[in-house]
Amino acid sequence: MKGLRLIEFRIDRRSGVATYLQLVHQVKQALRLGLLGPGDRLPTAREVVEQTAINPNTVLKAYRELEREGLVEPRPGLGTFVRRSLVTPGVAEDSPLRGDLLEWMERARGYGMGREDVEALFRSVLDQRF
Amino acid sequence: MSVAVLARGLGLRRRRGEASRDCSFELAAGRVAALVGANGAGKSTLLKVLAGLLRPAAGVVEVTGEVGFVAQEKPLYRSFTVAETLRFGRVANPGWDADRADRLVEEAGLPREARVTRLSGGQRARLAVVVALARRPDVLLLDEPLSEMDPVARQETLRAIMVAVAETGMTVVLSSPVMGELEGVCDHLLLLDDGAVRLACDVETLLADHRIVVAPLGADFGAHRVVETREGERQVTAMLRVTPGLDLPAGLVSEPSLDEVVVAHLRRAGVAA
Repeated sequence: MKGLRLIEFRIDRRSGVATYLQLVHQVKQALRLGLLGPGDRLPTAREVVEQTAINPNTVLKAYRELEREGLVEPRPGLGTFVRRSLVTPGVAEDSPLRGDLLEWMERARGYGMGREDVEALFRSVLDQRF
Repeated sequence: MSVAVLARGLGLRRRRGEASRDCSFELAAGRVAALVGANGAGKSTLLKVLAGLLRPAAGVVEVTGEVGFVAQEKPLYRSFTVAETLRFGRVANPGWDADRADRLVEEAGLPREARVTRLSGGQRARLAVVVALARRPDVLLLDEPLSEMDPVARQETLRAIMVAVAETGMTVVLSSPVMGELEGVCDHLLLLDDGAVRLACDVETLLADHRIVVAPLGADFGAHRVVETREGERQVTAMLRVTPGLDLPAGLVSEPSLDEVVVAHLRRAGVAA
């Protein structure tokens, strides 16, 4: 039986970011949002290639990088599996932080701010703090 | 990592004069190399030498394992139908992958009962690639396989080749006049100019090694190798091959795309010749 893929990769060929790094970022993003968690199997190189038409060596390089960071582990003959989650309590669907942010966004909308305005403000405060 | 393709002191006949002799490179098994160069640079000649169809003017090449070669003129039996071409492939090749052949012919929407002469150039090219993949070579050499294809066919063909690489670990060399859509597909670059390999290296290493710097006119780029410069009234834009461990010159520094690196090296080679 062919299961549904747990993660769909999207390659932006014009982004200027190396393809393997795009894969690394997308896996981490999925780990942060809890879309992927411990024990989940990443798609095989062949599956990613079928989906994106990129070089399989690039996929393997991305997985090696994730392994180096301790996020995934290869199990010979079985595939590459997630070792640890990157979900922080604040990310959960029902977390107070998310609620606050939702409320804040509503207020921003109330001020007539568009997506780009919100992004600019958010990024500027983000850069101040982190 | 074992070596799939090795060339040492290889000489290809030049358009004028002596054959070059400075052509040495190796390609590890499982790599996908783009062979890029201007028309007449010797891409087809090099591929024919690697395929064992031409003897080099000098030097040696070693290719490990079964070699598959799709020449630019897409060698197929013109009077065969698509179905007959596949049947012949199965009879003539013990390792024939009938499943793959059927799947790819299906995906390409090639009419099975059509004769090869009736197919468009793009369809013939696809059929030639299908036959080459179904033969399951260890090393696949493709001479401008995409040139006659439409954008969808190009994408599907590259995908089919990449899937085969993922499944079998085969090594691929494919030639093209430009990098274009090969960016993201190839992990190795062979840059050919006037019968000589000017660059032979890993794509990511190549990108990491190059920077574009915009600096005031007369700027000193130190020990970095200048690939190309373009001078404006007050500023100079330079493509540098960076010497590791040294600071970059002051100025606006950016990372070039693979296409930019390739074009700069091709232009430089053109100037040198």
